[in-house]
Amino acid sequence: MSLRPRIKLPETIRIGEIIEVKTLISHTMETGQRRDKDGKPIPRKIINAFRAAFDGTPVFTAELHPGTSANPYIVFHFKVPGPGELELTWSEDGGAVVSERLKINAEA
Amino acid sequence: MARIRVTNRREVLLGAASAASLLALISEVAAQTPPPAAPAATPPEASPYEQALDKILGDAKPSPGKINIEIPEIAENGNTVPYAISIDSPMTATDHIKAIHVLSTANPLPFVASFGFTLLSGKAAVSSRMRLAKTQEVSVIAEHSSGRFIAAKRTVKVTIGGCGG
Repeated sequence: MSLRPRIKLPETIRIGEIIEVKTLISHTMETGQRRDKDGKPIPRKIINAFRAAFDGTPVFTAELHPGTSANPYIVFHFKVPGPGELELTWSEDGGAVVSERLKINAEA
Repeated sequence: MARIRVTNRREVLLGAASAASLLALISEVAAQTPPPAAPAATPPEASPYEQALDKILGDAKPSPGKINIEIPEIAENGNTVPYAISIDSPMTATDHIKAIHVLSTANPLPFVASFGFTLLSGKAAVSSRMRLAKTQEVSVIAEHSSGRFIAAKRTVKVTIGGCGG
């Protein structure tokens, strides 16, 4: 998992506003159900979890399964309590983790 | 996380990859392997979907509820079917949606995703994309802070994805 996720936030954010957060990460989401040319099973490797937390407090979580498409795209909402840091974390089968920290410069 | 073994190779293959490589794979596998044996172990027991549903609900019984589901009626590509789900909720400490579970009723692996909400979510709404192996119903279960469940379903016709439709 070396690719950086893509994240889209509104340009201006007001305190108390419910904003939409769009996220996309490149990943094949290998289901574990396919076989290669020689008939050998291709092991499962998916992003199995996504978390969003604001200054350490959980905002939103997603438990992902093989039924979620490749390059998982997740849009969630966040009611901004004030300025702070939004941390987004993607976890892959096998334990690899990618995380991004975003400054939320919320104004009154 | 559910690990459910499925012996039907066609269904298994259809869950994945690009349409072109799929077609190649299917013909290859069909040429190499004998027809799959009928699943011997479990007779007319619960389907993978029903088992998944049991895992989410336990003993609870969902009631039909107002869940807004935006999903195409006809999906040309079963590999990425976009969906958006939302539920009207004040999202207060005593009255909020805790989770939304998305299941496919006829994929070999029925679990798609489970989304968890908090008061900081502000809205019980989520958008993502799912895989659908063939024409089937998509099942959405939402869990209220009181422990009640509501459920709704939508049929999606899948053009490329094979098997049915």
